[in-house]
Amino acid sequence: MTEQTQAVENSSTSTGTQIIRIISGVLGHFVVKRFLFFLFVVWLASTVIFIIPRLSGQDPVKEKLLLEAQRGGAMQTGLDAMAKSYQKRFGLDQPMWTQYLNFLKDLVKLDLGVSIAFFPRTVNDIVFESLMWTLGLMGTVTILAFILGTLAGAILGWPRKPGWLQYIFMPLLTLSAIPQYLLAMILIFVIAFQLEWLPLFGGYAPATVPTLTFEFAVDVIRHAILPAFAIIFSAIGFWAIGMRGMMINTQGEDYMIQADAKGLKGSRIFMRYAVRNALLPQVTGLALVLGTIVTGQVLVERVFSYPGIGDILFQAIRLSDFFVIRGIVIIIILGIAGATFLLDVLYPLLDPRIKVRKS
Amino acid sequence: MVQPTIEETRLSTEQAIQTYRTGARITDVDALVVDGFSVYYETDSGTVKACDDVTFTLKQGERFALVGESGSGKTTLAMGLMRLTRPPGHIASGSAILNGRDLTTLSDEEMRKTRLSELALVPQGAMNSLNPVMRIGRQIIDGILDHVDEDDKSPTKDELDETVRDLLTRVGLRPGVARLFPHELSGGMKQRVAMAIGISLRPRLIVADEPTSALDVVVQRQIMQTLGRLQEGLDASIMLVGHDMGLVAQFADTIGVMYAGKLVEIGPVEEVFSDPKHPYTKLLIRSLPSLQEKREFLGIPGLPPQLIDLPVGCAFADRCPSVFAKCREVTPQTQDLGGRRETACHLYDEEAKS
Repeated sequence: MTEQTQAVENSSTSTGTQIIRIISGVLGHFVVKRFLFFLFVVWLASTVIFIIPRLSGQDPVKEKLLLEAQRGGAMQTGLDAMAKSYQKRFGLDQPMWTQYLNFLKDLVKLDLGVSIAFFPRTVNDIVFESLMWTLGLMGTVTILAFILGTLAGAILGWPRKPGWLQYIFMPLLTLSAIPQYLLAMILIFVIAFQLEWLPLFGGYAPATVPTLTFEFAVDVIRHAILPAFAIIFSAIGFWAIGMRGMMINTQGEDYMIQADAKGLKGSRIFMRYAVRNALLPQVTGLALVLGTIVTGQVLVERVFSYPGIGDILFQAIRLSDFFVIRGIVIIIILGIAGATFLLDVLYPLLDPRIKVRKS
Repeated sequence: MVQPTIEETRLSTEQAIQTYRTGARITDVDALVVDGFSVYYETDSGTVKACDDVTFTLKQGERFALVGESGSGKTTLAMGLMRLTRPPGHIASGSAILNGRDLTTLSDEEMRKTRLSELALVPQGAMNSLNPVMRIGRQIIDGILDHVDEDDKSPTKDELDETVRDLLTRVGLRPGVARLFPHELSGGMKQRVAMAIGISLRPRLIVADEPTSALDVVVQRQIMQTLGRLQEGLDASIMLVGHDMGLVAQFADTIGVMYAGKLVEIGPVEEVFSDPKHPYTKLLIRSLPSLQEKREFLGIPGLPPQLIDLPVGCAFADRCPSVFAKCREVTPQTQDLGGRRETACHLYDEEAKS
């Protein structure tokens, strides 16, 4: 063997081990580990979703056809044959494991199938359209409620607050005890129906077509105000009460006494010592809530006929549109698992005590 | 009954004591004059006199140690002097004059500025006294920044970094510690950081509230040595709050013994140890283990009284071996026994008069 080949061999083995080292390093990295766990959770939940409707023994196609037949008053003859052909169309005549594999294959492609109720629209189409409305409204409202509620709670839990604040915040918080849908109906009745300040229902004026114009944007915002208020009011109380409790807890901590003993200004102690520490559990809560906003607010959206995902979910359940329900649930799973994944990755940056341990 | 001498109560070597006692620190200037200082807690079941009518004077450069069992009011007194008493506690009466200014009459903002710059606290159990989500350097800087006068320009980042480096080095830590978070430090290191914060503005008086609790004896010694060295560098006074008699004996010049919210005895540490006056001090010192003599471990029988609605008379009367009728009728006042020694006990009524 010449020196040259030996050298080549040496370098190839070293690059080989290097690659292995890099791969194991990447797999060992906690972000990658968390991501793999995220995929596992999504797979597991999807499988459960696949199995449960099939245990119910209901035949979605037949249900739909029966419903149509009843509506049209037509004879029910030939319905079975029709159902068979539709089942073939949706792949429901295949053996279970083939269906499962097809389902997983479609899931990887993020293809959620075809709606039964709104045939031939795809579930992707329906879900993503309504998701935009829900995310636009719920995302903004959730973050707004988090900021306002946390701030209110922080101030309420601060012993050096002006005394009169108590009399403003506390009645405000009792508002959050009113159920959202009830508040929504009160808002509709008073502000939209009697005062006619804001539109009664919908995401935009019925006669218009969604366009990217200023007028349309204003219209969308006018339609979003009432649902937003209905949701914000109840959520503010939730965040405020949690934050207030955490703020009161931090008052007993040694580092708060020491902050005073250091002669720090009240504003610095409030923000950098009290709020900064009290915020940690709030952030966990926010991440989990953000994960669930994709479900929409079924009741509130229903009351306002808001074209969000909650409204679609309601309709899909009513029409037993299994594919749309499944699609929405998968979006929810992705949302929650995704939020948890993000929280896992970001939390060490917020709380230095949470160490990323290398295995 | 042989009283153990001060030599027996020393835990470490003669050499260490030498380091502590370089002497001649104490000047004749009054640093802190506390007169009739009381901190009461108003509760539903009555007023708790956690610290009642305490009077003492601390000279510039002096090391004054406040000892007593848990609940005797030593921390209440220290916190009260810093005006950090939290509701329902409040300063009921008395004055505390630090470098010519009465701390009890300062406005909240004046008091805030006085803290750290003139009167610094090295807290009890440095374990949790640091903000867990903030780097050490930042926690030192915070105190400095909030004491910059409005007219002065803020120090630059480089100047602050240099100050932090200097402070950390002075308490025996690597400058790199500034970049760490509290949970990355050991207990002793945290206590050193607490000291670095305490001296950051060169205070005249350092209140050290059990600075060595929860540390092992080797680290305790190092911490006390560092504290003593820092004090000498700053020419400051120290008020040490603690219940470790051995530690106090080695460190302090003067000792004040508290019982049930009252200061029952004050005197130079060696004299108090060799010839305690108040029966409580006697029992306290007798309860210390001795190296020379093997004997049964002695405590003080009974429990300290409830601080709500204390009966008239001496609070120690029920546990006192030398109790007599007057003790239960008249509350003893602090009496000057001469030679900087004071005690609040009826046994010395005659001695004090003469």
